[in-house]
Amino acid sequence: MSLILLIEQVLNGLQFGIMLFLMAAGLTLIFGVMGLINLAHGSLYMIGAFCAAAVAAATGSFVLGLIAALAGAAIAGALVELVVIRRLYDKDHLDQVLATFALILIFSEGTRWIFGSFPLFLDVPDFLSGPVTLPGGIEYPLYRLTLIVVGLLVALGLYLLISKTRLGVQIRAGENDREMIAALGIDIAKLYTIVFALGAALAGLSGALVGAIQSVQVGMGEPVLILAFVVIVIGGIGSIKGALIGAILVGLTDTLGGIFLPELLKLFFDPSTATSIGSSLASMAIYILMAAVLVLRPAGLFGARA
Amino acid sequence: MKLVTMAAAAALAVGLSGAMAEPVKVGMITTLSGGGAGLGIDVRDGFMLAVKQAGNEDLEVVIEDDQRKPDIAVQLADKMIQSEKVDVLTGIIWSNLAMAVVPAATAQGKFYLSPNAGPSVLAGKGCHPNYFNVAWQNDNLHEAAGAYTNFAGHKNAFILAPNYPAGKDALTGFKRFYKGDLAGELYTKLGQTDYAAEIAQIRASGADSVFFFLPGGMGISFLKQYKDSGVDLPVVGPAFSFDQGILQAVGDAALGIVNTSQWNKDIDNPANKAFVEAFQAEYGRLPSLYASQGFDTANLLLSAMEKADVKDADAFRAALEAAEFQSTRGEFKFGPNHHPIQDIYVREVVKEGDVYTNKIIGTALTSHADAYWSDCNM
Repeated sequence: MSLILLIEQVLNGLQFGIMLFLMAAGLTLIFGVMGLINLAHGSLYMIGAFCAAAVAAATGSFVLGLIAALAGAAIAGALVELVVIRRLYDKDHLDQVLATFALILIFSEGTRWIFGSFPLFLDVPDFLSGPVTLPGGIEYPLYRLTLIVVGLLVALGLYLLISKTRLGVQIRAGENDREMIAALGIDIAKLYTIVFALGAALAGLSGALVGAIQSVQVGMGEPVLILAFVVIVIGGIGSIKGALIGAILVGLTDTLGGIFLPELLKLFFDPSTATSIGSSLASMAIYILMAAVLVLRPAGLFGARA
Repeated sequence: MKLVTMAAAAALAVGLSGAMAEPVKVGMITTLSGGGAGLGIDVRDGFMLAVKQAGNEDLEVVIEDDQRKPDIAVQLADKMIQSEKVDVLTGIIWSNLAMAVVPAATAQGKFYLSPNAGPSVLAGKGCHPNYFNVAWQNDNLHEAAGAYTNFAGHKNAFILAPNYPAGKDALTGFKRFYKGDLAGELYTKLGQTDYAAEIAQIRASGADSVFFFLPGGMGISFLKQYKDSGVDLPVVGPAFSFDQGILQAVGDAALGIVNTSQWNKDIDNPANKAFVEAFQAEYGRLPSLYASQGFDTANLLLSAMEKADVKDADAFRAALEAAEFQSTRGEFKFGPNHHPIQDIYVREVVKEGDVYTNKIIGTALTSHADAYWSDCNM
């Protein structure tokens, strides 16, 4: 195992984690501010990817596709909030889970009606394709480096938004005491719609960015959704900082566990047994991480409420 | 989501042949929603095209969606056997679903014609007189990929597949024919979408070629990321990551890649030419290997209906074994365990106009039977 391979794998883990962060940030905001469990967050990820693929195919421009993904997911998010989610705030979590699960089915079949059952094409734009050579002779895909940078910029932007702007003050206040900020004359319904649309736009952006190197197909959001829930449980519900740290932890654990567990087991077993046990253990690694975090800090790493 | 299709009322077939004509009811359980829907839709469309062309009004088809879930497939099979009273079951795409449904259905005296899944158990120890596989045994295309890798002169292959039964069949099949060394052997998570870590290992392994079995969306992700990584070792795979449905989503990243298949649209025989034209006319897209398998399955069934009454199980079984129909693969015959003995071709991904598709460049294995038939006692 060379150092170059190790660094490359750390970059892979980082990139995976940062894309998870974009999903988890929206989910944790919505969960934290509104107290809502939104299973349909994965559908917004899918909507982002499909909008990007459709617009990129029609115009030939990846950047326009990204803008369409942001806009499409934000509009879908705002509509969902106005039509469905609004009725769920004072219901218990089971009702929310049922209703948002129904939304998953509606979005999946709706997408199939519009785009068909076959995966769509969305490719990395030419100016970002191919590998670059990093210092030390590491060859790494330029697009994945770009994903890391874009994700960190979004994280920075979110931090500034939450800590420095008036909207951020309202969001933080909404997390702590929603009756009080309503009493102070802030339109809480509008705030909720904005937060939901913001979370949806982040999910859509993530779907479009990842869609370019994966497959744009119906149902692509649900596996990511599960990981995003793991991330916000580890990071602490409602905490953007927790989402960032949790996402990077999950990304690194998943990537490095998949490589090193089989290698480690090869010291004890023959290669094919080691490979199959190691792969099985690696799929569990992030859940073991989550369990360990919950034992030590039941509210998550940066969670305010227990 | 229920679709009951009565065969068109063209009365042509009536009275043409001697064996007359208890109606046959077919239950098709296949994947029509969720991530793997493209495969099930192709099988269904291929099957229904043959049914429509035959215009045999004694054939009734009931189609249900298994959502790629074994428990739902089992419920559907129970419902079809008990309340719909079907005579023949077909349609299942995935090996784990086939294992959940097929043994129970054949034990109840129903015929099962597999248009896709061919798990090794059902070809060997678990074979059954009423089970016929019209597509292939799971290992076949991978065995051909192993044989091709020898032929291409690669000596140090890196191989990977998802960690589930068909993935293990795949690597076993490849290694059965491949003679060189292994630079690495990896099982990935089923449904995994990011292969950066695996590609980094391939780069560091010193391999001279890569064999992968990653069906559906997994293959799309792998190929796009592989191209973008700058690793340029030759890649070989089975047709499942290069079928007509997903090539358009992979795009240029697939061009020139060699893959193995029992079928392609340019196999030169009249039945295949007619099939490709009719499929395009009916559905407005090129058929995939899955569509050809569905089409062949229906034609096998129709050929048996011409000769025997489905209520006479022995005669109907003999008629199926004879397999006297015009296959899109040309000559078609079953081995003693009711799995095809067939040629497996080597194809290359090419671009025809705006459409990515495959072209046959050679034959990897001729009259190839599976490795399990000797374990089958029936």
